[in-house]
Amino acid sequence: MVKSGTIILNTAARLLMPLQLLFSVFLLLRGHDEPGGGFIAGLVAAGAFTLYLFAFGVSSTREVLRMVDPRDLIGLGLLLGMISVFPAWFVNQPFLTAQWWTVPGIDFKASTPLIFDIGVYLAVLGSVLTMVMTLMEVDKDEP
Amino acid sequence: MQLAVLSGFVLAAFAPLLHRWFGARTSFVLAAFPAALALWFLGRVPQVMQGEVLLLVLEWVPALGMSLTFLIDGLSLLFALLITVIGTFVLIYAGGYLKGHPDLVRFHVVILAFMVSMLGLVLADGLITLFVFWELTSITSYLLIGFNHADLEARKSARQGLFVTVAGGLALMAGLVMLGIAGESWSLTELNAVGDVLREHDLYMPLLICLLLGAFTKSAQFPFHFWLPNAMAAPTPVSAYLHSATMVKAGIYLLARLQPSLGGTEAWVGILSVVGAFTMFTGAFLAIRHTNIKKLLAYSTVMALGTLTMLLGIGTEGALIAFVTFLLAHSLYKGALFMVAGILDHETGTKDVTAMGGLRPLMPVTAVVAMIAALSLAGVPPLFGFIAKELMFESVLEASAFRWLILLLAFSAAFLTIAVAAVVALRPFFGQRRQTPRVAHEAPVSMLLGPAVLAVLSLLLGLVPVLAGAHLLTAAASAVMGGPVSVSLSLWHGINLPLLMSLVSLALGYLLFRRWDRVRASLARLDPLLSRGPEAGYDALMDKVVVVSEWQTRVLQNGYMRNYILVMILTLIALVGNSLLLRHAPEFAFDLDVRFHEAIVTGTMVMGALFATISRSRLGAVVSVGIMGFSIALTFILFSAPDLGITQLLVETLTVILLVLVLFRLPRFSRLSTPLERVRDVAVAGSMGVLITLLILTSWSIDQFVPISGYMIENSAPLAYGRNIVNVILVDYRALDTLGEIFVLALAAIGVFAMLKLRATGKASRKTAPAKEAADG
Repeated sequence: MVKSGTIILNTAARLLMPLQLLFSVFLLLRGHDEPGGGFIAGLVAAGAFTLYLFAFGVSSTREVLRMVDPRDLIGLGLLLGMISVFPAWFVNQPFLTAQWWTVPGIDFKASTPLIFDIGVYLAVLGSVLTMVMTLMEVDKDEP
Repeated sequence: MQLAVLSGFVLAAFAPLLHRWFGARTSFVLAAFPAALALWFLGRVPQVMQGEVLLLVLEWVPALGMSLTFLIDGLSLLFALLITVIGTFVLIYAGGYLKGHPDLVRFHVVILAFMVSMLGLVLADGLITLFVFWELTSITSYLLIGFNHADLEARKSARQGLFVTVAGGLALMAGLVMLGIAGESWSLTELNAVGDVLREHDLYMPLLICLLLGAFTKSAQFPFHFWLPNAMAAPTPVSAYLHSATMVKAGIYLLARLQPSLGGTEAWVGILSVVGAFTMFTGAFLAIRHTNIKKLLAYSTVMALGTLTMLLGIGTEGALIAFVTFLLAHSLYKGALFMVAGILDHETGTKDVTAMGGLRPLMPVTAVVAMIAALSLAGVPPLFGFIAKELMFESVLEASAFRWLILLLAFSAAFLTIAVAAVVALRPFFGQRRQTPRVAHEAPVSMLLGPAVLAVLSLLLGLVPVLAGAHLLTAAASAVMGGPVSVSLSLWHGINLPLLMSLVSLALGYLLFRRWDRVRASLARLDPLLSRGPEAGYDALMDKVVVVSEWQTRVLQNGYMRNYILVMILTLIALVGNSLLLRHAPEFAFDLDVRFHEAIVTGTMVMGALFATISRSRLGAVVSVGIMGFSIALTFILFSAPDLGITQLLVETLTVILLVLVLFRLPRFSRLSTPLERVRDVAVAGSMGVLITLLILTSWSIDQFVPISGYMIENSAPLAYGRNIVNVILVDYRALDTLGEIFVLALAAIGVFAMLKLRATGKASRKTAPAKEAADG
């Protein structure tokens, strides 16, 4: 039932998707101090792809995603979430205790919460995309 | 040490890999594990002999006071040695017995796991640790009984063993918890020091009954004895190991372990000695009815377990010495006899002793081993079994309660057992040569090693009893007694009553053996009566369980979403309503200070909700629910919670998108319920709404706890280096929760994918309702 949209939708989707994705990364990175964070950023990114889906359909969206299957994003997100559990263990603290490192030169605070947040971002993005794309593909399969 | 024992689980996991490297010889490689542990335990004997109690503490979660503590005293050391030594021989034996079996890998994995569980059980100092290992032995035993899973009988027996022991395990858990509460400690060593408090405690009777239920089911005491003979469906190495030497003694171990803290009361002495004596007699009596060699041995194991329980019940110093001696003697000869039974089965192709005969010239070594072990079983001097039996008679004679009843049962069991021993050792090897399904020949060395060593030990300890008595048994008996005990075993006790009883029972037993075929035929007339025994009760109970579960599936789990929701909401109303209205009066303490825009937002929300319930089109309902959602987002923003607001907005948007995708595929929006059902629905939904409103208002007006938000706000920047508290909570304070949530989210997505994609390839109907539910959840 979802067919390629109108010219307005197509143009808007083409222009908006990069902006939305950029915005989602912005939300993700500022999340620790300002409104935002992995969950919200993941939803925004999923929104970006969903808009593109509605405009151009499943197969073109798969092309945009290239080799990445949304399901892999779920796995990657969960993996990052799990990875952030362990560093504390190596310095003899309980699991999941936040660890902070400063990247020299650019004054960027790298931390396990950030890794964790990226994991949340990817898991949310992957999950929503998997659901939406699966539902749309089932439409396509049926007469 | 703890890690060394637990590494067995890792070894079990790697057993398939070892199989790739060593092929059929894996059994012998794996046997090195229990052998190494056995050496370590042997090295602890001198220390323990001097009355030392080793407590090995491995901190696990120090913050919660959780540790894995092993307790090594005489009793646990005796058990650990039995488990590791017999385990070594059983693994070697299995290498021969199951040679070429396609599932040998699986056998190795499970039997190693069992070995570790059993070791953990007898070494554990903590009640909970003990319970966990206890249940693990039940589960591994289930897998081993059902090893030949293609066989219906094996599966049924495995299930029966599991249900009986796990039901007992449930009672045991309750008992252990009560024990921990009553003794104010979860450590067995500490509990043994407060025995006087425990025996006077109000909880003594309930906890005793629960613990006894656990121990009796595990150790196959009457009336739970029926699962053990059925468990003989397992391969013979398993029967030799689990169902004679180790696992079935777990219940006995527990009773012995608790003897210092719970024993000695009237209830303890009465229940244990009578149940034990009765089990002893039942086992011996039921044994002579059978011709299947494994069933014969299984029932005689029931007899032995009954004897052990009875001796613990009598509880005098002599009885406890008899207990440890009998325990050791039984493990040695019964392990050997089971392995001999396996050899006979393996080499002749039958388990029926009446179908065998004259095998001695063909299997000389097996015959000798069988003779020695059977003589020990019968209690003939100079074997170790004789000493054990003499001690048993002596302690029965000094029993304080039910002396004559116990004596009568013990004497009958003794001569019946002698007949059983004679049948097992004489029938297959002597008399006329009979044709067996397979042409018999001597077993390979790997299968002879175990029974031979165990039989020689029976003989050696009988001839030189000081070897066992002075070392291990003294320490073990002291541990059961809870104080120092001196054990001096000897073959010759002088001419006394026990010796006379032994002689008479030998004579009677031999007579019974000569007339065995005739006796069995006349006992067959009792079959209708015996078939109404406890096992029939078990079957009837199982049938009832099936009936009840079918009924509840029909009524509660009927697959209609609306019914599930109705049941859930009604339960919630009942539970929350009970707490709120009956145990806590609803309160409303707030001032109506509403701004104009707040009233507008709230009004929109209420309108949306109302319209959703009365809307006659699906799209209308979706839109009005959406309006409600956006109003909620607006509320969040008004009350300065931007993160919540943004999230709510995005989720609402995505929900609408998902709904659009599935909406047009749903069946027509029509009224299916009758007016009466609609009234019911309105009532349920209305009460739910009112209840939640009351709940929120009440929780607003009371503060029972100091809110944690203050701590979070204060420490967010200095400790977690973040100013956005919501995000800090998500990824730092409560990161574990979030981790769980993203896993749930991932599962939901995979669920949607699986249901839609897998369905597309099948011929299933094309309903999308399940997918929608998953997406919404």
